Order: sequence, then structure tokens, then C-alpha cells
Amino acid sequence: MDLFIINVIDGLIYGLLLFMLSSGLTLIFSMMGVLNLSHAAFYMLGAYLAYQISVYTGFWVGLIVAPLLVTILGAAVERYGLRRVHQYGHVPELIFTFGLFFVIEELVQYIWGRSMVNYNSPESLDFIAFNLAGGSIPAYKVFMLLVSVGIFLALYYVLARTRVGMIIQAALSYPKTVEALGHNVPLVFMGVFGVGTGLAGLAGVIAGPSLTTFPGMAFLLGSIVFVCVVVGGLGSLFGAFVASLLIGWLQTFAASYNIGAADILIAFGYEYPKDVYYHPWRDLWTLTLPQIGPILPYILLILVLVFRPNGLFGKRET
Amino acid sequence: MQKSVFSSALPWIFAAAILIVLPFIFTGGGSITIMNQIGITIVLAMSYNMLLGQGGMLSFGHAVYMGIGGFVAVHVMNIVENEYLWLPLPFLPLVGGLVGLGFATIVGSFSTRKAGTVFAMISLGIGELIAACCIIITVFFGGEEGISGDRTMAPSTFGIEFISQKEVYFLIAFWVLLSIFVMYLFTQTPVGKMANAVRDNPERAEFVGYSQRWVRYVSFCGAGFFAGVAGALFAINYEILTEQNLNTVMSFQVLLATYIGGVGFFLGPVFGAVLFTILQTVIGLQTDLWALYTGIVFVLMVMFLPTGLTGLFAMHLIPLQLGRLGMLIKPYAKIFVPGLAFVVGSIALIELINHVRHHGEEQFMTLFWIEFDTTSFLPWALFLIMLGVGFYVSRVFAKEVAEAWGEATFVEGERR
Repeated sequence: MDLFIINVIDGLIYGLLLFMLSSGLTLIFSMMGVLNLSHAAFYMLGAYLAYQISVYTGFWVGLIVAPLLVTILGAAVERYGLRRVHQYGHVPELIFTFGLFFVIEELVQYIWGRSMVNYNSPESLDFIAFNLAGGSIPAYKVFMLLVSVGIFLALYYVLARTRVGMIIQAALSYPKTVEALGHNVPLVFMGVFGVGTGLAGLAGVIAGPSLTTFPGMAFLLGSIVFVCVVVGGLGSLFGAFVASLLIGWLQTFAASYNIGAADILIAFGYEYPKDVYYHPWRDLWTLTLPQIGPILPYILLILVLVFRPNGLFGKRET
Repeated sequence: MQKSVFSSALPWIFAAAILIVLPFIFTGGGSITIMNQIGITIVLAMSYNMLLGQGGMLSFGHAVYMGIGGFVAVHVMNIVENEYLWLPLPFLPLVGGLVGLGFATIVGSFSTRKAGTVFAMISLGIGELIAACCIIITVFFGGEEGISGDRTMAPSTFGIEFISQKEVYFLIAFWVLLSIFVMYLFTQTPVGKMANAVRDNPERAEFVGYSQRWVRYVSFCGAGFFAGVAGALFAINYEILTEQNLNTVMSFQVLLATYIGGVGFFLGPVFGAVLFTILQTVIGLQTDLWALYTGIVFVLMVMFLPTGLTGLFAMHLIPLQLGRLGMLIKPYAKIFVPGLAFVVGSIALIELINHVRHHGEEQFMTLFWIEFDTTSFLPWALFLIMLGVGFYVSRVFAKEVAEAWGEATFVEGERR
């Protein structure tokens, strides 16, 4: 039970982090019809920029400045890259963002090297927030949780209560009509792309210290974020939220419960082979839940796409 | 007007002759190895073009079909070695192809329902799934170190044991030509033509009476088959397969090679594969920033030259037919000099910074066959000037090129 509660909290933090990425991705997709495959690269860029700033000025300045820099960069990518490619159609747009992912990844390795950088949580948050069921929750995790929830609430407020949010929401469903009403849709596109990538950058800033900042971090999280967006339903913010939490918990629980396939097979009355390492089914016998944890999201993705091609909450055809 | 059998067979005879002559022209130690690699990449890129170029399906996991075909081919090689099965080596690619086809039949049954983003996402998911399975299912994939075999243990074909690289070259060349020929025949079939129609306008294709899903499915299976052939050729050439042969990075390289060559053209991927492999092997030896350069070139290509290199050639057919190609020579020559200065200047700066940061203790570095002192002021200033002036002047000249292009392709009375 103790482990269960800790896992619920860890999964929630991870899920909210995923939502910070998937919300931006969903917004961009619903507005422009482009799945931004370089989204996770901006997440990595956020972490690295924040690291570089924190070297000179400390964590808190990086927390504010790095996401802003990523926002500007994202907007520039939309303005000078994506807008140009847009005229060729959707497939070149996807290819463009896919290529951009690799360029940013290589650039990060060029600037900061191929090994991990020493990006740490601030000293003011280096204490244990509270003890819970025999385990301790560090203050930084609580901070991550608060930031994520804060972003979620802010996003909800902007989208549901402000005029800009109204335009964005309208553009989600009827982009052509919004354009006909005289709104500057290219500007909105640029803004949404910038803010979306900025959110990814912010996720990187707060995830960097706890998940380590290294060149593979984008690759590690990138495809999981696409899974969230697709499983939740392309274009559905609520779906992205549910799917992010679902996958956050799925991965956290799978990583911490060491259930082996052997236990299940024995329960079904099969006998454990004597010399398991030479047995033809050795992979099945030695399979454990933490081992298959990383591939669970992809299995979920394929199942959802096969049986519910629009995702869990998606309405729009893609 | 029906062409005679001979004149339609002529390009193929010509291609076969070139393939036979090539290893006697390039006899250097590494060149056969590079040519083998090119052959494998050609088959893979051509099969990818069946999806992206002809069928309009963007796949981010095409390496999976090559990888699975290759893994099975290595296993079959080992089975043949233990004499449980009699199979001469030249038929191994057929086995790989059938495995690729089989796997594509399964995946395609649900992934080809939609083109576009959904298809791309399923391909990405399958790619990640299989790549992750590589580590888990060690019986088949061999874990981190992969699995290896020995091609020379197969029963000999007309006395050939496939010990030397040259013998393998002819095997690969044969399969390359055969694959391209069969893929060409596929484009001439009704379903091959319909694949283009479904790519351009799926709705209208449905109105004509074709199921867009079925048409995509057939292309997808075909692409899976030839990817499997490429995988088996890889297995024969390298005798080892690892997780790296089917992960996302590999799939990206396939996309890159195909796109650089030109997606819309049948033979585009051939040029792409040749260029990509030569760049990879030659530049890869010169600099460790190889991936950065290819990434940048790729992104610029998507932005400014979406039809690829073949598209660039095809563009020039119009002024050629109008007899105005000469008008373009002067502006091209003018932009070439500052353009080259810009490219050389930026590469030199990138390499220089890289050198200072990672090999700072070595004062001298060699770049473009010239050795110079990295601590002196001169090279930095020179490269910066080349970069800045080159960029500015080529922008000015680019306008002239655009004007000349407009004049050279202008047709009286035709709306543009």
C-alpha cells in the first residue's frame, strides 16, 4: 500500500510533465494540422538553456528566461521554416519537423557535448517536503507538481475565459471561418507554435534536474509524448490530459512492481525449466514487468489506433 | 504507338553493363565495400519510395521491415550452415523479402486504413516497439550485440563460395537490378498507377471505384517485400545484424536518402542512395560532425528544394527544351563563387570551434588540406569574412538567378 501511494504521486508528477508537452503539441496540431515531431527537441533545448543560464545566475532566472527563449525560437521556426514548407502540403511539414528534431539534437551535442551536464535543482529546494508511508517526497517533486498544476490551470483559464482563448478555440474547430472573420490567423499560428514549444521548454527546465539533462532526453520522452497525443485523440486537450496521466501511471507502476512472466506461468501450472538460460522460451520465462514497461505505451498506441482510430476523446478526422 | 521490345529493354541492358563494369573501374580496397553499401541502400530507398513517393504514405519505421528481413536471413544462414536446410546464398534475399512481405501484411492490415498523420504515427509506434523488443527477445534479436552468421557456409552456387567482397558485389548488383526492374513493372500495373491517384486525391480514386485502403495496402506490402530484400542483402554483406539496423535513426536515414534523391521520381532514390552513402562514408571519415551537416542539408532541402536533386535536374528540362539553358550559365557561375565562400566559411567556423573546444591542446589543425594555427587571429577573421560577405553577395546574386530563371522558362501566352 505504501509503495502504491508513492507510485500514485510519482506517476502524477510524470503524467503532468507529459501533459505540459502534449498540451502544446495538441494545440499546435489542432491549429495547424501539423504534428510537431520536433516538440521533444524543444523540451531538451529548454533544459540545456536553463542549465547554461543557471551556471551564471542560478536556477530561478533560468526557470523564467529559458522558456521565453524557447518560445522565441519556436516562433522563429514557425515564421521562417514551417510557413515556407506549408505550401508543399502536410507530408513535407511532418518531414521538416522530423528533420528539425535531429538537427536540434545534433546542435545540442555540438554545443554542450555528448555526455550529461550537471544541472541540479536549486539548493533552496533541497529538503524533504514530507514523509509519507515510510518514503520521503523531496521538495523539488512538490515544486514540479505545483508548476505543472499551475500551468494546467493557467492554460485552462486562457483558453476558456479570455478573448485570445476564444479565438484559438474557434480556430480549433473552424480555422477557415475564423480567418474569414478577419483574425490574423498566421499570427495566431506563430503565437500558438511559440507558446506550445515554450511549454515544452518549461517542461524541460523543471524536468532537467530530476530526470537528468543529457542528449538522449528528447528521444526518450519524445515518442511517449506522441503516444499521449494520439491515444488521447489528436486535437483534444482533455484527451491529451487523460492520456498523459494514464501513461504516466502506467509507466511508473510498471517500473516498480517486479512481476515476472515466470510467476504467471507457474500460476497456470507450467513448470519452471531447470536450465532456463538455454531454454528455447528463455525470454518469456525471464520477462518481467519493468522490462516491458517502456514498450507498454506503444502497445497502447497501436491498440488505440486499430480499434479507435480517432483516439479516446478525438472528434476530428485526421 | 508501341515501342519495340529492344528499345524498351535498352536502358536495362545499359544499366546491367554499368553494374558489371563498375568493380573493374573502381578497384580500390574500400570502393567495393562502399558500392555494396550503396546497392543495399538503393533497394531500401527505392522500396521506401514506393510508400512515400508513389503511395503518399510517410513512414517513420521503414527500417523495421529491412531489419526483420535481415534478422531472419541471418537465422536462415545459420540454419543452412548446420545443414538443416539446403539453400544457395543468392536465394537468401527472396527469404528476407518474403519475411518483410509477411510482416508488412500484418502491419498493413491496420495501418493503411488512413494515410497522413495516423499512418505516420502507427509506423513510428511499430518502429519503437520492435526496436524495444530487440533488447527483450534475445532468442531472436540477440540482445545488444545482435546476431551474426557466416555466408560462406551455404552450398556453393556454380562453384562460387562468396568469400571475396567482389563476389558479394555481383550478388547485390543482380538483386538491385532485379528489384528495380520489378518495382518499375509495379508502377506500370493498374494498381501502381492507382497508387499515384490515391496519393494525389483519395476521394476521387474512390469515386472511380477503387478502395483507397486496398491500393495503399498493396503498395505497403510491396514496399515491405523489397525492404526485406535489402535486409537480407545487408545480412549477406555484413553477416551481422543489431538493433541499430532497425531503430528510428536508421529509418530517418532511409527517409533522408530517399528525400535527397527526389521523392516524386522513380529513379530519384537511386541518386539519393549513391550520394548519401558516399557522403556518409567519405565525410564520416573526415569529421565527427557528419550527422549535424546532413541534418542541416536535409532541413534546407525540405524548405527550398522539396523535389530533391532529381527534381532540380527535371526543372532544367524546360529551359533546355526552349533552348535557353545558356541564359542560366552566367548567373549560375556568378552565384557559385560567393555561395561556395559562404558554405566553406561556415563549415570552417563550425569545425574550428569544435576543434578548439574538444582538442584545444593541439594548436594546429588541418582543414580542407591546409594546416593552420587555431590560436592566431587570421583564420577566424578570414572564415568570418567568407561567411558574411559570401552570404550577402549570394543573396544579391540570387535575385539575378531568379530573374534569369523567369526569363528562361517564360513561354509566350502561357499563364504562370
